Amino acid sequence: MSDSQLKKSLPIVTRRTAVKGGFATLGAAAFVGAISPLRHAAKETTAAEFMQQHYQELSDEDKRKVIARLEDETKEEYGADVTIGDDRPLPGTKFVYAINLSVCNGNGKCVEACHKENNHDRATNQSYIRVLEMPKGTMDMEQGNTTYTHTVPDDGKFYLPVQCQQCDEPPCVDVCPVQATWKEEDGIVVVDYNWCIGCRYCEAACPYHARRFNWKKPEVPAAEVNPDQSYLSNRIRPQGVVEKCTYCLHRTRRGRLPACLEACPTGARVFGNILDPDSNIRWLLENKRVYVLKEELGTKPAFFYFFDK
Amino acid sequence: MSTTNQPSAILSYPAFLRRSLSLATDGSLRFYAWMTALTAVALVGANAWANQVATGMITTNMTDHVSWGLYIANFTFCVGLAAGGVMMVIPAYLYDDEEMHKVVIIGEAVAIAAIVMCTLSVLVDLGRPDRFWHLIPGIGRFNWPMSMLTWDIIVLNGYLVINLHIVGYLLYMRYLGRKPNPVWYFPFVFLSIAWAISIHTVTAFLYCGLGGRPFWNTALLAPRFLASAFVSGPAFIILVMRVLRITSGYSAPPGPARTLIQIIRVAMVINLVMLASEIFTLFYTGGAHGVSAEYLFFGLHGHHGLVAWIWTAIAMNLLGTVLFFTPAALQRGWTRILACLLVIVGIWIEKGMGLIIPGFIPSTLHEIVEYAPSLVEWKVTAGIWAFGLLILTVMLKLIANVFTGQLNLPGSESASR
Repeated sequence: MSDSQLKKSLPIVTRRTAVKGGFATLGAAAFVGAISPLRHAAKETTAAEFMQQHYQELSDEDKRKVIARLEDETKEEYGADVTIGDDRPLPGTKFVYAINLSVCNGNGKCVEACHKENNHDRATNQSYIRVLEMPKGTMDMEQGNTTYTHTVPDDGKFYLPVQCQQCDEPPCVDVCPVQATWKEEDGIVVVDYNWCIGCRYCEAACPYHARRFNWKKPEVPAAEVNPDQSYLSNRIRPQGVVEKCTYCLHRTRRGRLPACLEACPTGARVFGNILDPDSNIRWLLENKRVYVLKEELGTKPAFFYFFDK
Repeated sequence: MSTTNQPSAILSYPAFLRRSLSLATDGSLRFYAWMTALTAVALVGANAWANQVATGMITTNMTDHVSWGLYIANFTFCVGLAAGGVMMVIPAYLYDDEEMHKVVIIGEAVAIAAIVMCTLSVLVDLGRPDRFWHLIPGIGRFNWPMSMLTWDIIVLNGYLVINLHIVGYLLYMRYLGRKPNPVWYFPFVFLSIAWAISIHTVTAFLYCGLGGRPFWNTALLAPRFLASAFVSGPAFIILVMRVLRITSGYSAPPGPARTLIQIIRVAMVINLVMLASEIFTLFYTGGAHGVSAEYLFFGLHGHHGLVAWIWTAIAMNLLGTVLFFTPAALQRGWTRILACLLVIVGIWIEKGMGLIIPGFIPSTLHEIVEYAPSLVEWKVTAGIWAFGLLILTVMLKLIANVFTGQLNLPGSESASR
């Protein structure tokens, strides 16, 4: 091809190109305008947060920095002084939970305690626990009702609290595309809230409705913020990530009991280390008639139900 | 083959891309109106999405009970469209149907646009799109091979690359006036056929691998996905060919469209048979496994948000199938167009409101929380479609330009076949 050929075609191209260029510029400007709300969102994310590595890849030094930053952010955004720990599993511990269905009367104190302890969004009244009111004589959840408002217990009913079963074969962990959730050595399934991308595949996979998504930024009044927090547990979650029950690891890994258990007025809840042969929970599991929810799915829950009689 | 009068590809390929982009964005007033309208809708979608990211996904109508909605429904349909787009490759190459070659490239263009729509549908469904890089193997932490979502990311992106290569290579060769070299072309075509099947299978595995969702937990899901993709993909291509013939004068011979209708006839019947067998197991057995289906088809405990949707889908699919079996469907006429439109919309509903949503209702604790997409979700979805159509239009324009000889390397006409 010769240069003259190219030159001849240039003027036509130039005029067209100029008009098109004008429209392309307009379009680009309109696009920037259209996505301008993102600037607001970007302001909430610092470079350090954006670049932060997965929890398991953070060195102790990194963790200190991250936690200091998170504490500062909580102070700034919620006006609360909090301490965020990095509680690790205790060696030789496998936590399990059990509920005595003969005793549970559906009063819902556990639901409330969970809500407060874990700094859940006040507006949505979130909690990791749901209590099903079930007619006696069935284990078919289809018969259950979670929205009862009458005085409890109701005649002919029993109550089935459901929360994360901390499965030994957790489907939620398998499906996560970025390994933002995993099972720790003490049996607790945790989420790195700073690594979750918010695809909610785990929510779809969980057979126990145990996961919650932060559809918006949680609102908690400064006075109500629980200041005893842990990185993998009850620190106030960012918007757009999934969270779940951690057996209150910020308490249980420090030798205390889960908040839902402490709040239970009937004593239906039992918690402990199954590896400890002298523990109360070990005795119960060996001597009561125990069953687990949806056993047929092969999730192997570390959460048990039993009846007295 | 290197000849002295051919410029090197390093120089001519960028020039080809530049010229093709320039020509593909030239057109009549009607063309500009169409492109402007699509841009406007895409911008509305982008704005709605940006607001969703800023305010949180509370702006959607999704909940912890129905945690996937319109976005993932649309994603599922687009995967089918992408897979179906390549179905026409099968008769073209396996049975050596010469005429099909001319339209195969259109199918691949549809596949490319559909994959882009898939990726966008997933992106807008993320609560933290800023953490998208966590999904990139090597930089992030890729849960492969355990998570079906990571498999899906691999197969979808692989499919996109394969099809971009095939389309780009074929057009470039035509532009140069050369005969495509089978070495750079055939292996990829066969790969793309196998890959087309894999994208929809893996997408089905995304849902049917979940034991806690009995409505999805059926081995029939992947074959059903494939059968419906073999309908929606070819039906969409028939429509595209019609539009192309009217607007650009680029016309394919009537043979390929007839072949596509034969494919649709068989696939639609298989699809309906599988649907019937699914419905039989769900309703004849009854019990907990059938509850979602009961909610979907008849409503449950006074909730019937999806009933109108699914019966509309069934009516459209049945009517479309009947129309496809009429002799008039083999002619270029309104019967064919109507039949295509009916099955496309029918399958879109079936894959969305008829599959993804009822998988969540009742929830795993058997609570009934209903879902209907919010205005934001509709805007974002419309924006994704507009953007997909924008890409498709540019690609089709480019294809028409190259195939009608308006775009070729100066001085290469003599070399063209």
